[in-house]
Amino acid sequence: MSRMELTDIIKEENLVLKKSALLTDNVMHYCPGCTHGVVHKLIAEVIEELGIQEQTIGISPVGCSVFAYNYIDIDWAEAAHGRAPALATAIRRLHPEKYVFTYQGDGDLASIGCAEIMHACNRGENIVVIFINNAIYGMTGGQMAPTTLLGQVTATTPYGRDAKLNGFPMKITELLAQLDGTCYVTRQTADTPAAVRKTKNAIKKAFQNTRLDKGVSFVEVVGTCNSGWKMTPVDANKWMHEHMFEKYPLGDIKDI
Amino acid sequence: MAKFRGAIVVDTEHCKGCSLCVVACPTHVIELNPDVNGKGYHYAYMKNPEACIGCASCGLVCPDSVISVYKKAVE
Repeated sequence: MSRMELTDIIKEENLVLKKSALLTDNVMHYCPGCTHGVVHKLIAEVIEELGIQEQTIGISPVGCSVFAYNYIDIDWAEAAHGRAPALATAIRRLHPEKYVFTYQGDGDLASIGCAEIMHACNRGENIVVIFINNAIYGMTGGQMAPTTLLGQVTATTPYGRDAKLNGFPMKITELLAQLDGTCYVTRQTADTPAAVRKTKNAIKKAFQNTRLDKGVSFVEVVGTCNSGWKMTPVDANKWMHEHMFEKYPLGDIKDI
Repeated sequence: MAKFRGAIVVDTEHCKGCSLCVVACPTHVIELNPDVNGKGYHYAYMKNPEACIGCASCGLVCPDSVISVYKKAVE
C-alpha cells in the first residue's frame, strides 16, 4: 500500500465518522477507556441529529461526570449531589418547550440521590435520565457503591462485598420500572460497536419521548471503571461481560 | 478482495491509548504506537492500513472521539 492510495481515501467526500460538532475541544478528564466518554459522545450525536442544541438543558451530577458541562456544547446546570432530578423537574416545568436530561452515576443516583430519582419518576416528569452504572464510586477512589456486585473487591470491601455486612447489589432500574411515572426504562451497555449503536438508539428514543408527555425516560448504561476496578480498559470490558450482565441483564425493561 | 477500502485519522495528541479500538477492529488494522504523544500515551495508529474496510467500529467505541473514519468503494 503506497502513501498515494491512502491520500486517495482520506478525502472529505469519503468521511463516514468524525467527532460530533457538539463536543468541545476540551480534553476529557476521564481515565483512558472510561465509558463516560462514549456516552458523552452518544448524547452529543443524538442532540446534533435531532437538531435540538438550543433547546436542550443538561443537569450534571456530582461524581466523575461532574465536569460534563465542559464537554458538550449545550446549556447546563450543576446540581447538588444526587439532586439532579429535582433540578430537572424545576427546569422542565418552567421551560416546558425544552428537552431536559440528567446525567448521573451510580453513586449520585442510586445512593445519595435515591429519594430524588424515586419521586421524580413517581411524579412522571417529562425528563430523560441517563444513568451510568459502573458498580463503584469512581471519583473518590473506588469505594463500594450500592450497585457493587457480591464478592467484588473495592477499597471499602477489601475481602469482597458480603451480603451480611453490606447488603445486596441494588437493581434501581427494575425498581423504577415499577413506578407508573416512567414510560421507557432500558438497560444498555457501550463496550462493542453494536452495543454503542443500541445505546444511541435508546438515548434518541428517550429524548423523543419527552415531547409526548408520557413520563420519565430512564436509560441505564452499564459501564466500566477500569481505574476503580484496577484493570486495563480491555480487561475491564471482559470482566463486565463475565460478571455484570448476570446481575444487570441488558434490554428494555419497560416501554409504553 | 474487500469491496471497500478505509482509512482512519487519529488525533494523536488527544488519544489516551486505551486500546479499545485495537480490540474492536475486526480486521486487526490498529495497534498502539511504540512512540508516545505529548502526554506520554501510546497512541493508536494504522499498523496494517491495507486491511482497513472503513467499518468505523474503532470510532464508535472510542471514548475520546479522536478517530475519524474514511471509506471508499473499490472500483
